[in-house]
Amino acid sequence: MKYVDEYRDAAAAQEYAAAIVRTVTRPWTIMEICGGQTHTIVKYGIDELLPKAVTLVHGPGCPVCVTPVELIDKAWQIAARPDVIFCSFGDMLRVPGTTGDLFSVKARGGDVRIVYSPVDAVEIAKQNPAKQVVFFAVGFETTAPANAMSVYRAKQIGLKNYSVLVSHVLVPPAMEAILNSPTNQVQGFLAAGHVCTVMGYVEYYPIAAKYRVPIVVTGFEPLDLLHGIYMCVSQLEQGRAEVENQYARSVRREGNTTAQDLMAKVFCVVDRKWRGLGGIPQSGLGLTAQYAEFDAEARFGLSAYTAEEDAECISGLIMQGVRKPEECSAYGTRCTPDHPLGAPMVSSEGACAAYYRYRRLRTHAPVVAGGSSRG
Amino acid sequence: MCLAVPGKILSIQGEDFARTARVSFGGIVKEVSLAYVPEAVESDWVIVHVGFAISLLDEDEALRTFEILKQMGELADLEKPAGEA
Ligand code: SF4
Repeated sequence: MKYVDEYRDAAAAQEYAAAIVRTVTRPWTIMEICGGQTHTIVKYGIDELLPKAVTLVHGPGCPVCVTPVELIDKAWQIAARPDVIFCSFGDMLRVPGTTGDLFSVKARGGDVRIVYSPVDAVEIAKQNPAKQVVFFAVGFETTAPANAMSVYRAKQIGLKNYSVLVSHVLVPPAMEAILNSPTNQVQGFLAAGHVCTVMGYVEYYPIAAKYRVPIVVTGFEPLDLLHGIYMCVSQLEQGRAEVENQYARSVRREGNTTAQDLMAKVFCVVDRKWRGLGGIPQSGLGLTAQYAEFDAEARFGLSAYTAEEDAECISGLIMQGVRKPEECSAYGTRCTPDHPLGAPMVSSEGACAAYYRYRRLRTHAPVVAGGSSRG
Repeated sequence: MCLAVPGKILSIQGEDFARTARVSFGGIVKEVSLAYVPEAVESDWVIVHVGFAISLLDEDEALRTFEILKQMGELADLEKPAGEA
């Protein structure tokens, strides 16, 4: 087992696709939550292997896409300060805010650095005691343990020049917001395998029961997705609405409890705004009182700042599964990966960028193939 | 940035939250924190996200995706009318 190539086998993919064809008798709409899954689906043409009756819609699980524009502006304002080293994951740098993106601050001489891990930002703070080092702590439950550890370590070693700009979001409240919407079309979910690796899947039981939707915890390789879709349509056809785990090689029912324990020390559940979706109560994480001294918004006096989103970008409708990227009037014209108007055109996990990259120039149906690596 | 990838542990050093490993991702070796997988030992496969291992991979469970496929193939063969290859 190498845990990658086996899951890209073209023959096995065709077999799963055939099993789905045999199972489906009616139209169904399924949402994959995670942008990483959207990326695999579009790159390998998984949706084109499916029968016409199965529609996949792309969910809000891309942190780059849902970080609200006012947080991008706050990052911009902090990064522009001469006393600051601003650290971020690379794909946040091109997300447009109202004043520009983080690359534009860098171009004007701001010290903006791309880090691979939040603990790298802690190291930079240790090495630069005369500077304020700020880390842009975005992400879903998958990333929260790593970001929590950076704050935990900073407190442990008594760092006074480290802080985090937190924009953490949680998956289950977003699923409920989608299901509660009057325009909802989603009948089943593929839950994000790495979010569940951290959190487990117990919190999905009440959602499956309350809204009568099947929820299948699913991995990220082409075969994982086909297997997850097969499990989801089987439930729908049989009238079941259960939580099932396709990604059992990584996901345990209770999740990673060591990570959850540290997250609970550093973070607590708070209301959050989502770009494109608006405010969702109890849908994110903020620092607990014990770690409040590491809050960059408070440190730089930005807590009260707000901003409005661009009106042309329909990312909210795309992330609720109501529209596809091609239906946006700016797609591929005023909005491209080189000049993104909205966030889903920035990251390769954003639906608009995935369509632009893999679908625009396609003249023939793609086949799932082994060997080529993702990302 | 949400990408999390499987890798194999080559060696381990340190203790508790400072425990780290050299992990091979198809030949590319990186240093990874094992803070969240205290049970990990050398030669284990882990899922790694932004420098942290977040789970151990279970080989038996991994094989299930292919077993199900095999069973489905046999079922489909049974359902085919006689004479069809
Ligand atoms: S194409 Fe651009 S403007 Fe349109 S929804 Fe996607 S990101 Fe927004």
